[in-house]
Amino acid sequence: MSKKTIQIVKKIMSANDQIAEENQEFLNSKNILTINVMASPGSGKTSLILRTIENISSQSKIAVIEGDTAPVTIDSDKISNLNIPVIQINTGGECHLDALMVRTGLEQLDLSNINLLIIENVGNLICPAAFRLGEHFSIVIASIPEGDDKPYKYPNIYRGIQSLILNKTDLLPYVDFNIDYFKQGIEALNPGVAFFPLSCKTGEGFDKWADWLKTRIQEMK
Amino acid sequence: MHELAVTESLLNTACDYAIKNNAQRVISLSIIIGELSSIIGDSVQFYWDIISENTICEKSTLVFNKIPAKFICQSCGKEFEINGELIPCPACGRMDLRTIQGDEFLLESIDIEKDPNKKR
Repeated sequence: MSKKTIQIVKKIMSANDQIAEENQEFLNSKNILTINVMASPGSGKTSLILRTIENISSQSKIAVIEGDTAPVTIDSDKISNLNIPVIQINTGGECHLDALMVRTGLEQLDLSNINLLIIENVGNLICPAAFRLGEHFSIVIASIPEGDDKPYKYPNIYRGIQSLILNKTDLLPYVDFNIDYFKQGIEALNPGVAFFPLSCKTGEGFDKWADWLKTRIQEMK
Repeated sequence: MHELAVTESLLNTACDYAIKNNAQRVISLSIIIGELSSIIGDSVQFYWDIISENTICEKSTLVFNKIPAKFICQSCGKEFEINGELIPCPACGRMDLRTIQGDEFLLESIDIEKDPNKKR
């Protein structure tokens, strides 16, 4: 027997990245703008999606892929009640969606005439950051009750995103949350990222987010 | 806990290269982990011991080479490493930073044992 070293130097995530790229090519061919919505549990992912649907579904046709760790259809029921095509992907306990799961979802959804696909990732601030899905834009929703130190504690999720939503601003009077400190962390990790403080409950600040999204959809056509 | 998926990806890559190079078995793998990659080496090791069973990589050793996070200050051009906590530029105190190192998660090389009588 002889010993030999084989030089490789290969990104370990490349299999997922490859499938993500194929997903994006497929979505490009259908002119479907796709966003990957990531956040911790309870930050308001589903609320944001519901309000976004309400706000822009008169102009754009929307479909949704719901990632959940368990086969509970609470979120997807809320969306299908609005007559929006939705597919739920049960990750079977996995803490994130990956590109292959999204491909399966794409095969099952009726995507005719769809302009916007929203992917709701599993509620988690660590794992989803490592898996590209084929989205055009990655979005993180932070929220006031989570605290202003999250960019410092979970830096990875804030890097490489194109839009950051700070939800539940209606709770600012009741919670010690220093927006400047929060923004300073974000700016260090992702300078110039589109930033939208808003409240899904009151609607305050929501139009700016909706306008940003509408512009991205226009650019896709 | 996304390390399971990551470890599966690592195993597939290592097995591919080992088989292509006519390995009898894989002795060790050299892996580069950047501090910002959010991969926990211990967790990868835990899954590795389980999922590499009955493959060409069974009983191989994972060697992790950790590299620190490195930023450049876009205001003054100072390059500096951070140790865990995100800090402003030590030279000018601003937070206008760009990452230049620390995202990596790479399989650098594998050491294999091969039968010298076989070609390649």
